[in-house]
Parts: sequence; structure tokens; C-alpha cells
Amino acid sequence: MKIIKLLMLSVAILFLIFAQNNLDPYTVSILNNIAIFGILALSYNLINGVAGQFSLEPNGFVAIGAYVTALLILPASSKIDMFALEDPAPIILAMHTSFLPALLMSGIVAAVLAFILSIPVFRVRGDYLAIVTLGFGFIIRIFAMNQTKYTNGAMGLNDIPDNANLLWTGGIIIVTFIVMLNVIYSKYGRAMKAVRDDEDAATAMGINTFWIKTYAFMTSAFFEGVGGGLMASLLTTISPDQFTFLLTFQLLIIIVLGGLGSMSGTLIGAVLVMGGTEWLRFLDQNMDIFGYNTGAHPGLRMVVFSILLIIMMLFARRGIFGNKELTDMFKRGKK
Amino acid sequence: MDISTFVQQMINGISLGSMYALIAIGYTLVYGVLRLINFAHGDIMMVGAFVAYLAQNAGIPFELAVILAIIAAMVTGILTDKIAYKPLRNAPKISLLITAIGISFFLENLFNVLFGGVPRAFSAPDYLTKIIHYDGIIVPVTVIIIPVVTLILLFIILWILNKTKYGMAIRSLAFDIPTVKLMGINADIIIMLVFAIGSALAAIGGIFYAVSYPSIDPLMGVIVGLKAFAAAVLGGIGSVAGAVIGGFILGFTEIVVVAFMPDLGGYKDAFAFIFLILVLLFKPTGIMGQDLDRSRF
Repeated sequence: MKIIKLLMLSVAILFLIFAQNNLDPYTVSILNNIAIFGILALSYNLINGVAGQFSLEPNGFVAIGAYVTALLILPASSKIDMFALEDPAPIILAMHTSFLPALLMSGIVAAVLAFILSIPVFRVRGDYLAIVTLGFGFIIRIFAMNQTKYTNGAMGLNDIPDNANLLWTGGIIIVTFIVMLNVIYSKYGRAMKAVRDDEDAATAMGINTFWIKTYAFMTSAFFEGVGGGLMASLLTTISPDQFTFLLTFQLLIIIVLGGLGSMSGTLIGAVLVMGGTEWLRFLDQNMDIFGYNTGAHPGLRMVVFSILLIIMMLFARRGIFGNKELTDMFKRGKK
Repeated sequence: MDISTFVQQMINGISLGSMYALIAIGYTLVYGVLRLINFAHGDIMMVGAFVAYLAQNAGIPFELAVILAIIAAMVTGILTDKIAYKPLRNAPKISLLITAIGISFFLENLFNVLFGGVPRAFSAPDYLTKIIHYDGIIVPVTVIIIPVVTLILLFIILWILNKTKYGMAIRSLAFDIPTVKLMGINADIIIMLVFAIGSALAAIGGIFYAVSYPSIDPLMGVIVGLKAFAAAVLGGIGSVAGAVIGGFILGFTEIVVVAFMPDLGGYKDAFAFIFLILVLLFKPTGIMGQDLDRSRF
């Protein structure tokens, strides 16, 4: 099995190097998109699918990650030029690191916030997590809008150095995938699944459900922060309006389609949903149906996706992979 | 700060609080019966406001438009339950929450596609928008009418819940659905009734909202819905009186902070969640609530 895994890993890395150097920019941008949403969805699936705690926070943590990375890798001179509404705070000017520490910092800040949030939220049963995390996403946006000293308000940040490329995004999605699989197959992962399936029974078995949920939430937040940092550097411009609930909704579709609790499924879900978003672009634009112009309908794609989500939940709740991994299927085939 | 400004802001607070209360009752009823956060509730409010707007545009008088809006919201609420929630009654709760999100997003985007995301002006008859001047206090009539209507509706709801057979059925469903079914009560009809009541109140709240801030857009229900949910948790989820108290506290806080601390005005929308987090930290059952999480065990 080890050899197969190493082989898959090297094929993936070779593909990334090949794609970065040889494919046209449009394809590369789609691949980048898939990779970033893949990273976010993988980590989102840990808390939603594996630990069974329904949360709606990714847009909040992605925003935090994006802002932290952007502010860390922007040089001080361009910050001074850019902050139009208010002069930047001294600490904003002082902080500057290279790309990798900035990404790690994004993850750490997100994880610390996740810890703080988990204290009130996990005192009660899971549903509150959904509404508090949804509110958290709004609060982050409100702060990003109003703390002009730190975030430049609604104008957002521009000219962020474009350190990220397909090697970064692809490399990090591979790391995320490996880490997530290792978490799932560790004793913590099994405890998370126990909490998901029956919280009372898990407590009776001596699992500290509070810590297991918090652990899942923090791990998930860390990678969402890192993904946000990558997104900032890839897009080179961020503003509070990018991090709306729409982002969370797309991730939700990805993990539901791939199968809640399956990391391999999430990867496939990311390819299908992000590819599908690109493919369905025509829905939002002018269409001529039998000579009748329908006019532009921004948002029609999202109607399609929300119907897809409801249908998936009603008729195919397990998604493509259920909560199995690709490797589980190999194992079963061997027996 | 003179006394008339103070009184004026208090009246505004009561009015805003009433709107939150009306919407919060819907959350609390559904949560009490199904243990489900009905994410689509805020969007049902939006549907109500939009139908009232469209009906008025079609030349229907305001009063009739309001009735149409209430009916449309009730139908939307009941259909949501029938299509999206009922097939999943025995599924894991996470599936229900995901479909609820799906419905919410579907309604928002459907209205966005059909009517565009640009806010539209909502017109109301003169007797609602007239402005009263009294001893330095300047308030529109709506601000007085909203709390009065809310109180009347609250008494009707409490009467239904506490004095009628249907109310008794709703209250018993909150304890134990299988046992209630064994008693020969059609649980599905009662759940339908809960959605109908909640959606009707949401539509009324939505129309009040549209009249007070005379514009509507497809995303108007998102933040108001979230705040109303926070109000319901603050008051104690599952308790109708609690939802009203929570709504008033939230409405007052927002108005008071914006009026007396204008620097914090930009953070107005964040208060609901700060309240929510504080309540969860110190008294997760809210002001009036009992421990619903455990009451089924």
C-alpha cells in the first residue's frame, strides 16, 4: 500500500509541475480555484462530516486568513499608499514576513479564534454552532468594514504580492489531504466519529466530547485560515464583500456532493462543483432560447446549486462516497 | 440629551423590538416542536414582504395585499416543511439543517433572479406613514401601530397555545412526538399548523419592516432572521413569551447604542451575536427557557 501511496503522491506532484509550466492561464486558474476550494472543503468536512458538528463558519475564517496573510506580505510602503480612509495602525505597518510564515500565521490566528468560539458554543448541543458560526461570519465582515485602520474598510486591499501559484495551492491541498486522513484514522478521528454517531454513548465511553469537538473545530479553522491566505495571494486583491455566505454555501455543496465525512469524496466534489460553476456560467448570462432573449440572470447558477443541494439531501444523502475513503474501497476489494 | 429625544428613541426601540419578536416567535415554535433551526424563516419573511409589494404594484389595495402576503408566506412555510423537512424527520439532524440552508439559499436566489437584487421602494397607505408631532416627539404612526399589533397577535398566539386543543397538541409535541402520535393526534397536521402560524407572523413582521424602512430586497431576511433567532435564544428558545422579551431587549439595545453611541453604529448588526454568545456562556437556556436539549431523554 505504501508504494501505491508514494506513487500517487509523486504523480500528483509531477502533474502540478507540468500544469504550472505548460497549461494556459485559464486552465491554471481553474485548477487553482479547485485546489483552494478543495483545501477549504477538506477542512470544512472535518468539522461537518467527521465530527458531525454542523457549522457555517468558513467565510469568517477564510476572511481572517486572507487579511492576515495580505497584511503580512504587503510591504509597508504600499500599505501607506493604499490606506485611503485612515492611516494604517503602526502595528500594521510594522508587520511583515515572507509568504510561508504568513500562511502559518493565518492558520494560527483562525485556530485561536475557533478555540474562543468553541467555549460558548459547545456548552450546548450542536445546532447553536450553526447559528453562532453564521453570525461569526457576519461579524468578521462588519469588523473588516469598520476597522479601517487595520483593513482599509470596504475598499479592501490591493496589489497583494502574488506569491501563490499552482505549486503552492496544489502542494497545500496535498498536505491538507494527508493531514486530514491522518487525523481521521487517529484515535481523535475515531472519537470524532463516535461523537457524530451518538454523543451520549461517546460520553459514556469516556470521550471528552467538548475537547474532541474543539479539536476538530480548531484543526478545521487552521486550514481554512491557510486557504484564505492562499486565496488572498492568488487573487492579489481582497475586500470584505468577497467573504459572504456564498463562499460557505459553495463549500457545503462540495462536501455534501462528495459525501459528508469522506475526504476523497471532497476532492471529487471540489472538482465537480468548481468545474460545474465554470461550466454553468452561461446560465447567468444572456441566453437565446428559440429566439427569445431571457436577459442576464445573475444568481441563476446558485438557484440550480441550491436545488441540487436539497435534492442531494432528500434522495442521496450519502453523496458520492458516503463516509468512506478511496483507500477503504481498495481494502474491501482485497478481501 | 433632552427628554423628548429619549422618549422618541424608546418608542423606536419598542417598535424595532416588536418586529424582532414577531419573527422570533416563528423560530421558537418550530425549534420547540422539531428541534430545528429553520434557516428559511427569515426568507419566508422576505417572501411575505415581496408578495405585499407585488400585489400593491398590481393595483390591489394595501389591506388585501397584506392578507395575500400572509397567505403566500403560510403556503411557503408549509411547502418548505412538506418538501424539505418532512421526508427527513428521522434523518440525522445535520441533514435537516443542510436542507434548511438549501431552502433559504434557494428562496433568496430565486427572488434575486426574478426581481433583481436592487432594493425596491415599498409604499404604504398614508395613514401608516403619517408623522405625529407631539411635544417635541416626532414619530411615524407605524412606530405606534407595530407594538400594538404585536401585542394583540401575542395574546392570540398565547390563547391558541394555552387554551385550545391545537395548542395543547403543539405543546405536547414539544415533549415527545412518538407518544403524541400514540395518543391519536395527527402530528403532521399540528406541525403544519406550527409552520403556518410562524410564517404568518413572519410575513406580518416582514411587512412592518418594509413599511418602517421603506425598501425591500431579496436578502432582507438574512440579517433580520439571524437577529430574530438570537432574540429567541436570548429569551429562551421554545418559549413564546421569551421570544418576545428577547426581541424587545435586542431592539432596545440596537436603538439605544446607535442613538447614544454613534461611534458604534457600524457594529449595530454585531450586537445580536454578542448577546447570543453571552447567553450561551452564562445561561444557555435563556431568560424563560427550559433545557430543551435534555427534555427528550
